[in-house]
Amino acid sequence: MLSAREAAENARRQDVRNRWLLSAPSLLIIFFAAVGPLFVMLLYSVMAKGDYGDVKLWQFSADGWFGVFFQRDIFDDTLALNDAHVAIFARSVKLSLATTLITLLLGFPTAYFIATRSERSREIWLFLITIPFWTNLLIRTYAMQEVIRNEGVINTALLKLGLISAPVQMMYTDMGILFGMAYVYLPLMVLPLYASMERLDFRLVEAGYDLYATRLKVLWRIIIPMVKPGIIAGSILVFIPSLGAYVTPRVLGGGKNMMLGNLIELQFGQGRNWPLGAAISITLMAIVMVALLFYVRNASRPGARHG
Amino acid sequence: MASHFDVKRQRGFAAVAMVCFFLLYLPIATLVVFAFNAGSSLAVWEGVSLTWFMAAWNNSAVQEAAARSFAIAVIAATIATAAATMAALATTRTEPYRGLTFKYAFINQPLMVPEIVTAVALLIVFSRIKAWTGYSGLGFIVAAHTAFCIPFAYLPIRARLENMDLTLERAAADLYATPWRAFRRVTLPLLWPGILAGFMLAFVISLDDVVITEFVKSGGQDTLPTYMLGQLRRIVTPEINAISTIFLAISVLVVTLFFFISRRKV
Repeated sequence: MLSAREAAENARRQDVRNRWLLSAPSLLIIFFAAVGPLFVMLLYSVMAKGDYGDVKLWQFSADGWFGVFFQRDIFDDTLALNDAHVAIFARSVKLSLATTLITLLLGFPTAYFIATRSERSREIWLFLITIPFWTNLLIRTYAMQEVIRNEGVINTALLKLGLISAPVQMMYTDMGILFGMAYVYLPLMVLPLYASMERLDFRLVEAGYDLYATRLKVLWRIIIPMVKPGIIAGSILVFIPSLGAYVTPRVLGGGKNMMLGNLIELQFGQGRNWPLGAAISITLMAIVMVALLFYVRNASRPGARHG
Repeated sequence: MASHFDVKRQRGFAAVAMVCFFLLYLPIATLVVFAFNAGSSLAVWEGVSLTWFMAAWNNSAVQEAAARSFAIAVIAATIATAAATMAALATTRTEPYRGLTFKYAFINQPLMVPEIVTAVALLIVFSRIKAWTGYSGLGFIVAAHTAFCIPFAYLPIRARLENMDLTLERAAADLYATPWRAFRRVTLPLLWPGILAGFMLAFVISLDDVVITEFVKSGGQDTLPTYMLGQLRRIVTPEINAISTIFLAISVLVVTLFFFISRRKV
């Protein structure tokens, strides 16, 4: 005979086993078509490159990783920094930080505006932010292209008004990429900011005014510290996809103003250097993981959350 | 305003918000307007016409890509939603057990990694499998889409389950319902809005994908987004605007439906 405790323990084990069976399809699909390939890619990054793309299986080589930041001189075999790659890493980080900053400066007042509306109209404003968020990123990038290109809306309007005599070149520049990324990732900043502002306790704001704080001081000393988790979440949500952006720099940057995503594609396309492409991909992923860890540490710190 | 001091007000914020909404919708509005342009210009207005919609409709490449996109999205979203529903049932309404955190992390993994990285990793693995097996059909795109759709389908289903307590299921069990019957007649109907919302999210996400599809597809397997990406390299006509407009309309429709379904309370 089983004791009651043993029976309960058995039932619990059975329950956990069932729960593993139920989650098996999801875990298997994600393993096969998302997580597993990342490990294969790690393996590919340490193999010798094939002559026509792909790799020479089981011929190990460090050339892929070496090529991420360095290159060998073709004449005297000396080591040198790969300036082109360093420039692309620098541009990616710079543009991603700038995108984060622009979306924060525009998104903060917008989220605050929505959060301070009446409950009914709040939903409508929020819906207006959500719509672009769920529409195709490629279409939004293309829409941006139509606005900023030489024959686009902005230039045509400025020319007609006589404010400029020749079109301002925005396509195929870093600024064009920046505009595009800020445009497509803005909703990612507004939504988490709104989520933290919605719970804002305005009694604290009122207390600030009672103690003769100015509007600016209330904003700086009360509101911003209270919504800090939202600021961090929004910044991470914008920074990470910006860093790995592929479509926007490809369409708005042309071939010359590459970001990391385009550098990776190049290695798997014309570059025919899969190990290098794999190594750059893993480097990018590592940077993203560091950013995520930073977020997790900040978000889970006691006292970081208010309300 | 002198009589009433509004504590919520911050100077200039409303203006910035209005600029923001204007900037968000100006490019989309321009794109839609020029889809109806009679001429082939994307900047000079030459009158209203449906020429470009007709051109897109009669373009066999567009037809094929659209049908392919739709088929992939329906299959991938269906499998992803079924798998995500099971996973949500397995990870909610329970005492923490060993492996639960691992499951959360694993299911959300596709959201953590940049799309381009997943795309090239899949290119590496799938091109090997294609060479070994000789099969290069749509199965690879469907598999890739299913994987990244799972976390999106999982989100609303899990949220709904967490708001449902076990009382009704226990009552069903007390009335001698088998576990399967209790699930069919009690859990599933209550969970249905979450499942529907999850399916819609997954559907839109699959329909929109361009990066992963671009790297996984074999020759002649363009979806609508990859077809459009290819076209952007050439001289663009308002035909692309017409395709985009229809695409936008579908997305907006699905998202609006999602919005209303997920608002329904348990």
